Amino acid sequence: MASEKQFDLVVIGGGPGGYVAGIRAAQLGMSVALVEREHLGGICLNWGCIPTKALLRAAELRHSIDEMKDFGITITGEVSIDLPAVVKRSRNVAGRLSTGVKHLLKKNKVTVFDAVATLGGKTGDHRAVTLSTGGEISAKHIILATGARARALPGLEPDGTSILTYREAMVPQTMPKSLIIIGSGAIGSEFASFYLDMGVEVTLVEAMDRILPVEDAEISDFVKKAFEKRGMKIITDAKMSGLVAGKGSVTASFEGKAADITAERAILAVGITGNTEGLGLEGTAVKVDRGHIVIDKWGATGEPGVYAIGDVAGPPWLAHKASHEGIMCVEHIAGLKDAHPIAAGSVPGCTYCRPQVASVGLTEAAAIEAGHDIRVGRFPMLANGKAIAMGDDQGLVKTVFDKKTGELLGAHMVGPEVTELIQGYAVARTLEATEAELMQTIFPHPTLSEAMHESVLDAYGRAIHF
Amino acid sequence: MAIDILMPALSPTMESGTVSKWTVSVGDAVRSGDVIAEIETDKATMEVEAVEEGVLAVILVSEGAEGVAVGTPIARLAEDGEAVDEVAASPAVSAPAAQPTAKAPAAEKPAAEKPADTPAPAAIPAAMPAPVSSPSVKDAESKAGGRIFASPLARRIAADRGVDLTSLAGSGPHGRILRRDVEAAETRLSSSAGAASMPANAPMSAIAGASTVETNSQMRRIIAQRLQESKANAPHFYLTVDCEIDNLLAARRMMNEQAGDGVKISVNDLVIRAAAMALMAVPKANASWEGENTRYFQHADIAMAVAVDGGLVTPVVWAAEQKGLAALSGITRDLALRAREGKLAPEEFSGGSFTISNLGMYGIREFAAVINPPQGAILAVGAGEERPVVREGQLAVATVMSVTLSADHRVVDGAVGAEWLQAFKGYIQQPVTMLL
Repeated sequence: MASEKQFDLVVIGGGPGGYVAGIRAAQLGMSVALVEREHLGGICLNWGCIPTKALLRAAELRHSIDEMKDFGITITGEVSIDLPAVVKRSRNVAGRLSTGVKHLLKKNKVTVFDAVATLGGKTGDHRAVTLSTGGEISAKHIILATGARARALPGLEPDGTSILTYREAMVPQTMPKSLIIIGSGAIGSEFASFYLDMGVEVTLVEAMDRILPVEDAEISDFVKKAFEKRGMKIITDAKMSGLVAGKGSVTASFEGKAADITAERAILAVGITGNTEGLGLEGTAVKVDRGHIVIDKWGATGEPGVYAIGDVAGPPWLAHKASHEGIMCVEHIAGLKDAHPIAAGSVPGCTYCRPQVASVGLTEAAAIEAGHDIRVGRFPMLANGKAIAMGDDQGLVKTVFDKKTGELLGAHMVGPEVTELIQGYAVARTLEATEAELMQTIFPHPTLSEAMHESVLDAYGRAIHF
Repeated sequence: MAIDILMPALSPTMESGTVSKWTVSVGDAVRSGDVIAEIETDKATMEVEAVEEGVLAVILVSEGAEGVAVGTPIARLAEDGEAVDEVAASPAVSAPAAQPTAKAPAAEKPAAEKPADTPAPAAIPAAMPAPVSSPSVKDAESKAGGRIFASPLARRIAADRGVDLTSLAGSGPHGRILRRDVEAAETRLSSSAGAASMPANAPMSAIAGASTVETNSQMRRIIAQRLQESKANAPHFYLTVDCEIDNLLAARRMMNEQAGDGVKISVNDLVIRAAAMALMAVPKANASWEGENTRYFQHADIAMAVAVDGGLVTPVVWAAEQKGLAALSGITRDLALRAREGKLAPEEFSGGSFTISNLGMYGIREFAAVINPPQGAILAVGAGEERPVVREGQLAVATVMSVTLSADHRVVDGAVGAEWLQAFKGYIQQPVTMLL
């Protein structure tokens, strides 16, 4: 085996988990190979986070044209959407960033193989990885970062034309007149918001009793009302019994008495499942449970020297969690003393629908269930000067504190730019700030962030502006 | 405006304390000067007076909560016209750095009450490290460069659960103590306590035997930490000498017969006097190791170990060489009595340049004591007993008292220690000389 085929670490998958792990490992002096089967940056960059943000920005701009009048700006002439151009821009954004990842890997001397990788046998402390392009590489440590794909449920299977997954939903050639979106998590809610702003009749269907079911109930309720106000139909507690594509239409049927609904197209957003197939896991001690690789707190699988990070290793399915896991896993492999497993409740979640949703830590209900005696603060964007000036004053900042210790157990936000604000609370949680430090921090005026301060003050009966 | 009552600093070195008792309840009207609580520090329990007026709105630190840092709000007063429950619900109004709004009466006027010939503790340079009786936080903090790096949440949880931050190693960035470190420490404590207090039929007790577990008092922890520190840092060496004390006993009897009512000079008083004179005669033995420097004390500030319930304290006879025996006797009796009652003011048991530990009354022939840091030496005094002695080739009987000097070899060399013991023995065997 040629020495240039031997590495300290082979990362399989070039998404936000894999490429970040690769760069960190290179920084720590490891020789690293990264194997990517399709495109660097993974789903996040190519078919997820980034291109959807580009689409949502287009929808947002379209929406703001409707608001111009309120600001004293008149637009004469017809407003039209050039859908292919909207999609093309989204693709260009993804392309640009993917190229950026390629450069970053090169700069850090990570050897990239464009291939499908399969785990091979072990020789000494090195494990072989077979490449679909021919040849074999090996390393002491292997990180599986193969990501995940849309999950199909029995009776709810995508066909790529009428019944879509996120992938087709992201590159529409025409706008449907009506759309059923099944699943109201982050992906479903973002598409619902995008298509609604693009003038499509949207029905959002959720099996649980509320949309965005992982968020705090108050936030779910707030988003539901905002969606409905814009004309979205929302069906919760929906137990679907079938989804049938007809000629130019899709019909969803439900258990019980609920009437069927029909639309031109449907998007399936009912969760994702890990890409565990074809990796050569058979015959290893790597365990797969319900579509995800089972790992310990450091990302180690049952097979010595084989690790898994990101979506393939289970929820929350978030790019930043994958990246952080990648860094943690590599630092653990390198034996760094200050490597620590990801703490529960430290992964913020963001949903870029309109209104935006962002949260970190425990919901009010989860905090109570965990046995905390709590204090809850709330502050509406209605009372925030910057939000009013921006003409975007619908929102809520909710904070949950442990009454005894003053720990910020959770923060839940809905409204303008909250996805940009949540890091403030995430930093506070990492620094283990209590209510006292948050109160003593000076928040600049006029900013949306003042609502974060006021929410903390409100938890202790001290809000100034509400 | 609500007023926070903060954990007061009852001595210059106090870093934390335990609210051992609240003497007022929520809803009680409190006037300036009212005793509101008793605070236990490592060595003493002191009453705390209110300095502000109001109605007690909320008690923030419950009785028995240990290790509450100085400056931590322990209760809150509602001022005239304020609703008590609103005040109770409002967050802390004063930063921990603010002036404590309660103080101990004993700590108010240390210097003024001292006799003119007694140097107040303030006379000891501020650079002198904390004595045995002061809490440990200061020392540990200064080791780390003056600050304990701990997250606010870790500090609060530690204060609440009585976990000593100085005993923890932080696992956060640059060794910062995080919540997980405090919780892990607490789990370690409770699991070891839990294992030992298991019922008799539990497997653990088969190995450990029947036992009970008591939480260590703050005094116990301080004693443990400081004496361990002493043994670890100060290279001890030991010198023992036998002193014949028949002359001393005779002199004592005579003095007590001649002295006025109420004066009863003890052997221990004479030992203190002799030690003080010896320290004056051999000033090199009256020293303390400070790393870069060695500090030589001008006075014989002699600490005497007094056994108290659950530990010991070392009240100090300041400038003992300047005290006449009658005065000295009065001082030692008063200090010992108040030490046992836990009524000493902090400055009365802080500091000192030399310590005497006497176990003679228990019939102990001789023993070696652990140096009371940062002092340079300690004298362990055994029982005076009749022993055969050889005088001019003849066996005779004399009352003999063996004493052992434990010295810190960094500041007191063997010859210096021997010289000191020789001087001490001289004063003891010829008591007239110590009266000069």
